[in-house]
Amino acid sequence: MVNGLNLLFQFLDSFAFIVLAAGGLAIIFGIMGVINLAHGEFIMVGAYATTLANIRLGLPLPAAMLVGVVVTALFGLLVERVVISGWLPNLVAQRTLGRNVIEPLYDRLADSMVATWGLSLIMVQGIRVTLGNSLDQIGTPLGKIAYSGFSYSTYRVLLAGVALAVLGFTYYVFTRTEYGMRARATIQDEDTARALGVDTERTYMTTFAFGSGLAGLTGALYAPTVTMVPGLGSSFLVEAFVAVVVGGPSVVLGTTLAGGLLGAINALFSNLVGTFFGRIALLVTAIVMIRFLPDGITGFVERLRERREEA
Amino acid sequence: MSRGPISRRGFLGSTAALAGTALAGCSGGSASSDDTIQLGVLEDRSGNFALVGDPKHKASMLAIEEINNDGGIDGKQIEVFDPDPQSDNQRYQELTRRAINQENVDALWAGYSSATREAIRPIIDREDQLYFYTTQYEGGVCDHNVFAVGPTARQQLGSVLPYLVEEYGPKIYTIAADYNFGQLSADWVKVLANENGAEVIGEEFIPLSNSQFGSTINRIQEADPDFVMSMLVGANHTSFYEQKASAGLDVPIGTSTAMAQGYEHLRLDPPAMANIYAGVNYMEEIPTNRNTSEGGFVDRYYEMFPDAPYLNEEAENNYFSIYMYKKAVEQAGTTEMEAVKEALETGITYEAPEAPDGESIAIDGATHHVDHHMWVMRADENHNVEAVDDRVIPETFLSETVGCDLTQEDEETQYTPQDFYEEAG
Repeated sequence: MVNGLNLLFQFLDSFAFIVLAAGGLAIIFGIMGVINLAHGEFIMVGAYATTLANIRLGLPLPAAMLVGVVVTALFGLLVERVVISGWLPNLVAQRTLGRNVIEPLYDRLADSMVATWGLSLIMVQGIRVTLGNSLDQIGTPLGKIAYSGFSYSTYRVLLAGVALAVLGFTYYVFTRTEYGMRARATIQDEDTARALGVDTERTYMTTFAFGSGLAGLTGALYAPTVTMVPGLGSSFLVEAFVAVVVGGPSVVLGTTLAGGLLGAINALFSNLVGTFFGRIALLVTAIVMIRFLPDGITGFVERLRERREEA
Repeated sequence: MSRGPISRRGFLGSTAALAGTALAGCSGGSASSDDTIQLGVLEDRSGNFALVGDPKHKASMLAIEEINNDGGIDGKQIEVFDPDPQSDNQRYQELTRRAINQENVDALWAGYSSATREAIRPIIDREDQLYFYTTQYEGGVCDHNVFAVGPTARQQLGSVLPYLVEEYGPKIYTIAADYNFGQLSADWVKVLANENGAEVIGEEFIPLSNSQFGSTINRIQEADPDFVMSMLVGANHTSFYEQKASAGLDVPIGTSTAMAQGYEHLRLDPPAMANIYAGVNYMEEIPTNRNTSEGGFVDRYYEMFPDAPYLNEEAENNYFSIYMYKKAVEQAGTTEMEAVKEALETGITYEAPEAPDGESIAIDGATHHVDHHMWVMRADENHNVEAVDDRVIPETFLSETVGCDLTQEDEETQYTPQDFYEEAG
């Protein structure tokens, strides 16, 4: 017997986890063509900053979460300037060697994977060296929802609302603001955008920081629920990548649809058969999607639309 | 894994012994090999197992320093070969070879996980190296070179499960990590449930990478057991305790893995670990004189490592097994491995911190395991830990069920609970 409410809560929980885990990754990949394998470690930075701000500085949890977001966004900015665009090393090299040393990693999928993977290794061990093997953990706030022998964490259900808010906010930023317009112009045709006066370099920088900030937010939100160890980011990676593959190129719509579909599949299978099968079902979905809809759900929708326009 | 006929093993053994004599002859001129003893300590100080491996390394250093300050073993100072294997099994294999072939260690302590042990055991057996494995584990290793001095699943679960059946009732729900250790431990839960008139009404195996437990918690609530047995492992799985607390799941939980190794009761915000019962041979909090009195084990540890976060179960195992090695060498009058193994097999005892005054723990010569003094430790809502039950539990699976007797026959096998059922018919 499966309680309908159980399934609903489990769905909301999975939906929130998938959307929040994938958000920052989808933006950085969709707009800059950079596959960020250090995405999990960006989440870890957000979680660590939040926990440290709460425990060591004594900030209340919401303020600590804000610190987590800001710290991760700034960290993302730094990474973009140093590793992804090579602006800082090139600046130094220009003055000393008279030439650039780093070619920017935009739209170089394989290269960006290797670079960010290296970055993730350095970050995990770096945190371990500076902060040790674990941090004390904040408890989950807000208590539980109880119903006829079952109960669910209120906080985790609430995260589904936060996930929707994040999607709404991202949609607003990319469709209603000037920055969003420039960002979309940059994705569509970088050269033309630059010719029309868009500072694409700066757009990339801001976008990376924005994506990092979202990763930081995920870390901040999940800091009270996951174990605080340097490797915590890896537990977000599978869901994030599967969601990006399934969602396709359109960031907001793709993430929403992928979150909905995968959340439902995960909730159904893990509640009926067990956690293990929930994860297997996620991976099988990803395989099926890659086989039949190589551009994800939104790529498929886009193709349908083009075909209709031609007809 | 070599399970070849005895004659072949005997041949290998004698060749190794010959080679050993030859080497001893070669190095006879160098003074160092005569007046020092070389111990290998490979414990993870970085990588996945750093959290639990680091205390093992620290406690080994404590034992070695104490012994050296006390005049060494038979007047010989101990030297240590202790590179960091970084939780990487391949690195373990390389370092094990190096410890044996280049550093010529007299005894080796290495590894946290069962996977690591199984990765290096073929090397250990090929070289006939005396090896101490100190982690609590699923049990069943019957190997003439291996002294598995940590408690086994049968000892750990065998202390906590009967206690919980008596306190709360016979319906058990098992959750375990989905690999060798978890699967075998879950089998042990079934065996023990059967022996104690209880019943496993549900079980779930969780992949190690999983950190989200919403559905697991729902399934436990649906099954409504009297208590849960949890053999979850690693940092991702630790999230379970926080999540079950925030979801309001308040069924008692018995475990062989939480608290004693990764000190979750100190790292997690209360009341995540409330009503959790750990069956362990050691925790920093166990109330014995040798452990908690002034100048006791805990004091000495923190005096040497003031910033150490916790003194865990495996750390004590490393500590007392180094002292047992010392006793065995002194009894044998040599560091020659066969002689030391034979001395260990005579049932070396040590007054370990886990044992109350007047008691000591002993190696069982036939199985190379230890008859531990086991404790059931309970954490309350404020994460204070207290002992609710304790007694000596010998390792009976190897000795009684499969009849492992390493004093009579050299074996290199790992038995599983499957063998228990087969023996039982």
